[in-house]
Amino acid sequence: MPDLKKLLPPIPDSLKLQPRRAGTKNPGNALDQAAESGIHAGAWLDERLQLSGAVRWALFRKVPRHDWTYSLGSSVMFAFLSQAVTGVFLAMAYDPSTTGAYESIRYTTNEAFLGAFLRGMHKWGSTVMVVLVFLHMAQTFFYGAYKYPRELNWVIGVVLLILTMTMSFTGYLLPFDQRSYWATIVGVNINGTGPIAGPYLSDFLRAGPEFGAMTLSRFYAIHMLLVPGAIGAMIGAHLWLVMRLGTTSPPWNKPRKKADA
Amino acid sequence: MNRKEKEEYLREYGQLKAEGEPFFPYSVAQDSIMAVVVMAIIIGMSLVLGAELGPKADPTSTTYVPRPEWYFFFLFELLRIIKPPQLVPLATIGVPTIAIILLMLLPFYDRGAERHPLRRPIATTAGILAIFAMGYLTYMGASAGSPNEIEMKAPSGLTGAALVQWEQGKTVVGQSGCLACHQIGENGNDGLGPKLTHIANKLPEQAIAQTLRNPTSPMPSFKGLEESNPAKFKAMVAFLGQLN
Repeated sequence: MPDLKKLLPPIPDSLKLQPRRAGTKNPGNALDQAAESGIHAGAWLDERLQLSGAVRWALFRKVPRHDWTYSLGSSVMFAFLSQAVTGVFLAMAYDPSTTGAYESIRYTTNEAFLGAFLRGMHKWGSTVMVVLVFLHMAQTFFYGAYKYPRELNWVIGVVLLILTMTMSFTGYLLPFDQRSYWATIVGVNINGTGPIAGPYLSDFLRAGPEFGAMTLSRFYAIHMLLVPGAIGAMIGAHLWLVMRLGTTSPPWNKPRKKADA
Repeated sequence: MNRKEKEEYLREYGQLKAEGEPFFPYSVAQDSIMAVVVMAIIIGMSLVLGAELGPKADPTSTTYVPRPEWYFFFLFELLRIIKPPQLVPLATIGVPTIAIILLMLLPFYDRGAERHPLRRPIATTAGILAIFAMGYLTYMGASAGSPNEIEMKAPSGLTGAALVQWEQGKTVVGQSGCLACHQIGENGNDGLGPKLTHIANKLPEQAIAQTLRNPTSPMPSFKGLEESNPAKFKAMVAFLGQLN
């Protein structure tokens, strides 16, 4: 284990308390005073949170030369955040019952302020997110970035792909119109044809042998509590590994200087 | 990768990393620009395409054609391509499960040290083929008719009103769920009920109409349809009566 302290970039001078000139007791003008009190407040916080080392390491760690495709991963995360925010606002007006769901979505679409826009963002946000997930995966595949030592991060990524598909499947039912209802019936029945676990999975999704009142609330709970929580945790693990192992450089990039043998 | 290759990779990577630029502000700036682009695309799609809300879910309707979200079309299409009932579990769960397992275990069976796509011909070809297969299936799923559709051309002798009635009958038969148990031409399941592809050879139109009214269990009776919509019922009989 190398000495991490030595690898850490130093605190920038502008954030450090500057020694005063001999003979002066107070800092000169109001600006200097404000800067100094800011530095004091930051130092107070850091003494208690012990975060500046981690933040300095995360922000100023070196990243190998790369092209724009290296932003696909952060774009997926951003699309997920957009889904989370629009989803929270949609949930505020949503009624997860077979009698009220359609009416509440109709209210959001036709009457609520910017409701149709919000639904559009959530609906198309899911499409954008799925497309970005596949692009991110294709980039990782063709750049060989899943190889040593990043194998486990690829596995986490595949889990995230499955979770994303689960999100789109469970979210499709929630507007409770004809389209979503029948597509979901078919989807659940498809699950049921699977070997061994298939029928149990279908029963779990339907909350029973038949599609009923509990099915919608179960889909809702999966869609807004279970899977988003899992995605958040998995993104955390994914990012932690990205930061610890470092992002790759495109395979055609070679070091300018020969590596020390 | 053997130990030497691992060490070599780590040494070269350390060098590349040392020659790189700090995450802040370079990567942060790049990621922020991409985030703005993503946001603009989502907002643009929402404004231009909107989010429609169809008619309310009606569990009693039997004529609605389910369609999944477009990015599930490739799975949907697999179901349509693989028709024999004993192979359906393979299409629905088998192929996707195998694909996901292969995908997840990729770094454990592809352990070569080479990372350049042009020097990994097998992996790169497999990846491109997978993309084309998914794209093709998605396209087929998007352009294909509904699973309730009967793909059959009208007999050449039919013209005018008879042809219109035949087409209407084909639609009604498709939408009435007959295909769940009967096979008609290329469509439907060879299941509980007899094949209907050449039914008119065995039964005259009168007998077909009588069977629709008084079927043997578990086939549902179409007597209700005859009373509520005699034209549709007649069209069904006319269509089935032409299957010879």
